[in-house]
Parts: sequence; C-alpha cells; structure tokens
Amino acid sequence: MTQVTNGTRIVKAIVLLIGALLLFAPFLFQDVRSIEVAARICIFVVLVASYDLLIGYTGIVSFAHTMFFGFGAYGAAIALRQMGPGWDAVALGALAGVLVSIVVAIAIGLLSLRVKAIFFAMITLAVASVVMVLASQLSQLTGGEDGITYKTPEVFKTAYKLVTDADGKVVKVFGVKLNGKLAAYYFVFATSLILFIALLRIVASPFGTVLKAIRENEARAEAIGYRVVAYRTAVFVIAAVIASLAGTVYAIWLKYTGPDTALNFSIMIDILLMVVIGGMGTMWGAVNGAVLMVLAQYYLRDLMGVAAEATANIPVLPYLLDPHRWLFWLGIIFILLVYFFPKGLAGTIMAKGART
Amino acid sequence: MSHPSLVTQDLTIRFGGHVAVNAVSCEFRPGELTVIVGPNGAGKTTYFNLISGQLPASAGKVLKDGVDLTSMAPSARAHHGIGRAFQLTNLFPQLTVLENIRLAVQAKSGDGRRLFRPAARMTELTAKAERYLEATRLQDVSHVAAATLPHGDQRKLEVALLMAMEPDIYMFDEPTAGMSLDHAPDVLDLIAEIKHDQSKTVLLVEHKMDVVRALADRIIVLHNGELLADGPPDEVMSSQIVRDVYLGKSSEVA
Repeated sequence: MTQVTNGTRIVKAIVLLIGALLLFAPFLFQDVRSIEVAARICIFVVLVASYDLLIGYTGIVSFAHTMFFGFGAYGAAIALRQMGPGWDAVALGALAGVLVSIVVAIAIGLLSLRVKAIFFAMITLAVASVVMVLASQLSQLTGGEDGITYKTPEVFKTAYKLVTDADGKVVKVFGVKLNGKLAAYYFVFATSLILFIALLRIVASPFGTVLKAIRENEARAEAIGYRVVAYRTAVFVIAAVIASLAGTVYAIWLKYTGPDTALNFSIMIDILLMVVIGGMGTMWGAVNGAVLMVLAQYYLRDLMGVAAEATANIPVLPYLLDPHRWLFWLGIIFILLVYFFPKGLAGTIMAKGART
Repeated sequence: MSHPSLVTQDLTIRFGGHVAVNAVSCEFRPGELTVIVGPNGAGKTTYFNLISGQLPASAGKVLKDGVDLTSMAPSARAHHGIGRAFQLTNLFPQLTVLENIRLAVQAKSGDGRRLFRPAARMTELTAKAERYLEATRLQDVSHVAAATLPHGDQRKLEVALLMAMEPDIYMFDEPTAGMSLDHAPDVLDLIAEIKHDQSKTVLLVEHKMDVVRALADRIIVLHNGELLADGPPDEVMSSQIVRDVYLGKSSEVA
C-alpha cells in the first residue's frame, strides 16, 4: 500500500532519528562499548534489510543468509591475512566474497526455486550447514573454530592519527580523538548507508513491484508475463551480494573473523527475529528491529543488574531479575512484541491511520 | 476471411486415465468473438489453461500466428500476445489498483527488470496505467488496495489488467460471474469495445445466454472435453445435439 499515513510518517521520523544518532554516535556516546554497538547496528540494518528483500518482499524463506554474510567476511579476512593490510586485499576479498555468493546463490536458485517454499528453505539450511562444517574443517585457510585475526588498512588502526596538531598529537573534536577508530566507524556507517539506500531504491523500482507481485500471486505474475523463476533467482542473488558486502565491512571493523562472528546459525536466528520484530516487507522495519535487538543483546544484562540491586530487599524479585536470566526476559519481550505488534513494529505502526 | 491468429491442433490433456480435453482442433481469427459454452466439467477452463500455459498439453499444439507456443511457460506466452483473465478473481491483493495495472504495463514494456529507478517517478508507465483505469472507470480508487475493492470493481480490475497487457488474444473466463445485474453491463461493454477493435481475437467462456446472444460472433460447444459443435450462434443454439447436452441427455450423445 503506497498511501502515506500518519503511521508511515512516524516510522520514517523514527528511522531518521536513528540515522542521526548513528551518524553522531562517536560524539554522543564516548565509550568503546557504545561504538561497538553502533557499528553492529549499522551492519545488521543492512543484513536484515537485505533479508527482508527475500522474506518480506518476495516471500522467499532462506536460512542461508548468514552464509553469504560469511562469504564476504571470510573473503576479506583471508585476503587480509594472506596479502597483508592493504586496500588491494580488501578489494580482492570483497570481490571474492561477492563472486562466491553469486555462484552459490545462482546454483541454489536455479536448482531449487521451482520447488515449494518449505523445500527451498530446507535446501538453504543444508547448504549453510555444509559451509559451516567446511569452514571449521579447512582450518589452514579459515582458522577453523578459532577464526582469523588480521590487520586492516593503516587508516583504521586505533593509533593512526587522522589530524595532528603542531606537537604531532592527535586532534580532538568535542573530546573525541580523530583517530583510526573513528575512521573505521565512519567507513562502516557510510558503506551501510549506501547499501541500505540501494535496497530502498530497489524496492521502490518496477523490479520491486514485481517482487511484491510474486509474493502476492505467483501464478498471476507469471500469467501477465513475468518469468517468476528468473525474478526469484535474481532477487536471491542481489540479497546474497549485499549480505556478502556487509560481511566484508564487518570483518574490517572487527579485525577478526570466526564462526561466531560471521557464520554461526545463531546469527541467522538473530536476523529472523530482527525482521519479524521490525516488520516484514517494510525496509524501515529492518532499522527498528536491528536497533532493538542489538541494544537488548548488549544492555539488557546491565539493566537487569541495576534492577536486581534496586530490588535487593524484596523477596523473589532480585532472583528473577538476576542478570544471568537475561535470555529469559529477552524471550518475554519478544513474545509481548509479537503479540502487540503482529506485523512488527514498523508494519503495525504504519498500518495505523491507514484509510482503506 | 483473415488468417487465424490462434490455432489449437488436436489439443489434449490427460489426468491419469481421465481425458479432460480431447483432441480439440479450432481456429480463431482477429475481429471475431468466440463464446465457449458447455456444461460444468466440460473442459472449458482446462482448454483455456492449455492455451495460456497454466497446464502442459499431453498432446497437440497451440500456435499463435504460426509460432508454436506448446512448450512455453505462461510468461513467454504472455509476451507472444496471449492475455488471460481468470474465473476466480486473481489479482495482487495487497497492492494498489494502480500498482496492479502498472505491473501489466511494465511487463509489456520490459521495465520490470529496472532496479534503481523509482517506479512512482516513471511517468510514462503511470500515465499508461491511468489510461486503462479511466477506460475501466476505476480512476477514483487507484490508490486503494485491490483486496478492499467491492467484488464488481475487482472484476473490472481483472479486465483492466488484461487490457493493460495489450495482448492480441483476449481470453475471458466467466467475466461476469458473481456480479450484480447493475455491474455486469460495465464489464460486457468493455469486452464489446475490445471486440470492436478488429485486430483483436476474443475468447469468452460464459453461461448466461443473454450475454452469449449479445456478444457472440461464433459459438463452440465443449462436452466431456470434446468439441461438439462450432458455428454461428443461431445455428449452434438451435441444433438438436446442443439442446440434448444442456437438457442432460449427455449419455446418449457421447
């Protein structure tokens, strides 16, 4: 539905606010942990949005999205490890990740997009599992379970001085050192923004309308002249390429790539939760979902620690609020969100005030 | 007489042992409106599905202007000018009326492959889509989701979608099914207009005899998947064999 509702305006305003907070994050939240959180949010917005292109817009359920993310991350990691910290390694790693993603996505797409959705989902699950096993077995290349640590280009080193004063010391702006860490964050922010805008353009294009048509009524889309298998394969490849690029960017940010950061199935579950909580088929939902989930993962435990201390004199409560039980509370929050926002945060708010 | 635009040669489909359409050979010409009649289960919709490609033929051929479409996917047949509307309303429910039509317009123009240009700013597409909305008198509801339209408007949208494909062959499967008497004439007027353009070939499955009489240039009768009669309306409707089928003496005919 393209009509502009008050709900849509609210959602767009929230997304703009989040965008502004992320843009100024290094200046607004000046500690190491916050900047980690902000970078992770940027990456996951792209990852979740590209997954939304599949599940929300086209109606394709895939469990292989983390795998494509991993291709990009491992591509950069291996290249940086083997070739040393240069932009040539970054470019080659990104390219390798993208190429592998394209080949694998086309293979999966052409072999199995004709089958029913549930079988397709199972096939993606199987392929993703095989890749996970391969990554841990080929330890000479991938570092196995330990992963790979490496250096990134000079400009991203924390000790690197972007701007120096007369004494050769790094210049501070609003108390923030203009060093390599800052450069790395803005590299993450800018690439994420570009990829997210590319996704927004895609869903607003005629191609995007075809994707929605396939989700709504596959047979009729075919009948009016769209080769559905070709369009589904194309969107699967596009989503894979974007996930792969996000993986490369994350690998550069972390300076470490291992199964836990780039390939584990728990990342896939995070993506699924973010897209459901944010709202499928909206793109804006990816932003809300990623922000909420990453914040919860990083700060719910702290918050509960504070709550447990505050209620120390009351029976039972501190026991329930013990920080060790944060996953339990996260689960409860999810259930409540799904119950009160059945179309996800963005989807439900956007539907408010819609004239039908 | 002009050359036939659409030809079916011995078109057949079997489901296990059951032959739903049995060796139907027929030619359809531009400027001609053919009504396909027959009792329920006669194979009318199945015959349509074979022509537009939703079902694969077991035997026989479908030719459009001499091109063999038999092994093509429905989307490829659409690009060869086969346009099909469906008996049960078959739209894109969560998309707006305008988006529904624009999909058909951009399928024809090939713009569906464009990735980065906002569809809303492609004014030539929208302008074309709006022409079809005006032709079907749906312009006032262009930004409403198709699912929320009243049934009669959904049927009109179904016709508009078909018109926006700009096919050479128009296939309507009971276009007035479930419509009130007030709304049916709108859809029938649209079909009459299409027929009036002498370059189009129209196939119509219809039960209502007044509709058949008003529009048909020719009637073919299907019964148990076989072509039973073919000719001008008066001739076919007065023939004994057709009366027998409709009066339920089918066992004797077969």
